[in-house]
Parts: sequence; C-alpha cells; structure tokens
Amino acid sequence: MTDLPIDIPAWAALVTAALVLFGSTLALIGCVGLLKFSTFYERLHAPTLGSTLGLWSILIGSMIFFSTSQERPVVYELLIGVFVTVTTPVTMLLLSQTTLYRDRLEGRDPLSENPDPIDKTG
Amino acid sequence: MIRRIFPYPVLSVGFFATWLLFNQSVTPGQLILATFFGVTSPWLLLRLDVPPIRMRRPLTILKVIWTFAKDIVQSNLRVAKTIVASPHPPPSGFVRIVLEMRSPYGLAALACIITGAPGTAWISYDPVDNVVVLHILDLMAEDDWAASIKTRYEKPLMEIFE
Amino acid sequence: MILTLLNLSLTVSKLFLAMAMMAAGYRLIVGPRAQDRVAAMDAFYLNGLLLLIVFGISTANAFYFEIALAIGLLGFVSTVALAKFLLRGEVIE
Repeated sequence: MTDLPIDIPAWAALVTAALVLFGSTLALIGCVGLLKFSTFYERLHAPTLGSTLGLWSILIGSMIFFSTSQERPVVYELLIGVFVTVTTPVTMLLLSQTTLYRDRLEGRDPLSENPDPIDKTG
Repeated sequence: MIRRIFPYPVLSVGFFATWLLFNQSVTPGQLILATFFGVTSPWLLLRLDVPPIRMRRPLTILKVIWTFAKDIVQSNLRVAKTIVASPHPPPSGFVRIVLEMRSPYGLAALACIITGAPGTAWISYDPVDNVVVLHILDLMAEDDWAASIKTRYEKPLMEIFE
Repeated sequence: MILTLLNLSLTVSKLFLAMAMMAAGYRLIVGPRAQDRVAAMDAFYLNGLLLLIVFGISTANAFYFEIALAIGLLGFVSTVALAKFLLRGEVIE
C-alpha cells in the first residue's frame, strides 16, 4: 500500500473514499449473489450490480479524485463507463438466449412450467 | 451525392470524436486520421445492409436516459437488499408482456434497458404475437411490471423510433 | 488524517473487489453448467476492471485506466464469442 503522492482537498478525499467503498461493496454483494442463487436465471442478475451502479460510483469517485488532484482530463472514466454500460446488456442478452436454447435442447423449458393467462400454449 | 459520401452522418461524427478521445490529442495528424476513419468506416456499414435508423424527439431521448438512470439506482439497492436479506429471498419468476412496439431498433433499445437494469432480464421475444418474456428477480404480487414497463419505457421509445 | 481515511477506504475496496473476484472464480470452477461459467467469467473480468481502476486511484497513475479499457474490450469480445459458441444456433429465436 503506497501513500498517496498528492494532496487534494478534504471534501474530495472524503467523497472519493465514500464512492469507491460504496461501489466495491455493491460489486461484492453482486458476486455473493452469484454464489447464493440456485438457478441460472437468478444468477444472471447478480453481476449487473457491479457493472451499473458499482462501476459508475467508482468512476465518479475517480473523476473527482483526478480532477481535484491534478489537471488530468476525465476522458478515460467516461470511455470505460459508456463502453461497459453499452456492452453488459448485450452479453447478458446473448447468455440468456443461449441458456434458454440449451435448456430447450435438453427438454426442460423453464417457460413452460409457468402457466399464465396470456400464454397461448398453457 | 452527399448521401453517397456520408451515408450515416451521425456515425461519422461519432467515429471522429471517439478517435480523438482515445488518442487525447488534437494535433493535425490525429485530425486527419480521425476524419479519414470517420468518413470511411460508415462505408463498411453500407456493405452490411443495415436498415436505416430514424430517431426523433431528442428531449424524449434525454427523458428515457434519465428514467433509466433513476431506475438503475433504485433497482441496484433493491437487488442488493434481496441478496443480503437471507434466508428468505422473495421468489423469482417469469413475466409475459404483450408489446405494441414493432420497430426493431426500439425493441433492441428496450431489451438493453431491461437487461441492463439489475433485477430484470429480457429472456425471449416472440415476433409473431409480439410477446416478450422477462425474468424478474423479486416477483412481488403487488407489482405490475407490464404497466410499469409500458408507461415508462415502451411509450417514449415508440415516440422516438416509430 | 483525511488522506489516511482515503487510503483505508481504498485498501478495503481492493479487498472487497478481490473477494468478489474469488466468488466469481469459485462459480467459474464449480459451474455447474457451461453458461454459468461464462457468466462467472464475465463477472470475473468486470471485477478485475474495477480493481484496476481502484489501483489507478491509489497510485494516482492514469496508466491503469488504459489497461482497464483494454480488459473491458477483450472481456466483452470473449464473452460474446463464448456465448455464441455455446449457442450453436440462432441468436434471436
């Protein structure tokens, strides 16, 4: 653990500390959910905690930290944030399609166990 | 003629800006490269036969983004509570919703919004009768997911894309 | 004083993210099915990305952010490729 080589205003240090801690706690809770839930469809929700609010919380903390400590533009944080926000739903969608396809291939369609008034097969 | 050179003007500007952002410099050389990629990259997209996209009402777009941001914060806290609240998490389940929207880009945007928010995931879509199946992590009886998604996201997305 | 607090917070955050990576790694090894492993790998690289950002803050070095961006790009492409490989069918049914 290195000591921080710069000095920044107290409020910025405080806000950064809180935001980064909050974000990483959310990421940890998400991954605990990955362990805890018993079906794939439940587990699919868990990592999105880290990729949405967790990510943005850490990134905003980083933006505050770097814009108060040194004159570095906050471009990287924005690029990472936008990129991850745009791509995570795509991978999640593809994974859920894959799981549904494989479940049906194995003859256990998770949707058919759920009778619903709108379901025309039910 | 101008359509021939700039088939997707928004995309060209996007490429131009992203190139400069990644390099973090506006020297003449980078400007030339950014212009080159901004102009030529959409030509590749022409070869893929992507259907033309039409987006209207910029204010509605901002409103959807704002709703999404609020939704992200709320559902994050909600899902975190669900995970931590051991040992009796609420049951999860599938919900069927009949949509009115038909625009492929609108549906894609809706799928990304729903999947991107924690606690809800887009599982399957049937184009014949326009029914979508969602998976909800904490399925409470009192929540009306169909109404909430229709009023908050489907209506504004239909205004934007249709 | 405040800086010590910030240091402490960053250290705890790194610990949390490492624990999150361990949880994802456990799911990656245990499975039970292939799509669980792919989802776990997705979560694993994402937490690695977050860990790199926190490292970037604690060393005040912008270089970590470039690595984080590269990890984000590679992770996305590899997850999509793996999911597509498992699908062996159509993406949209």
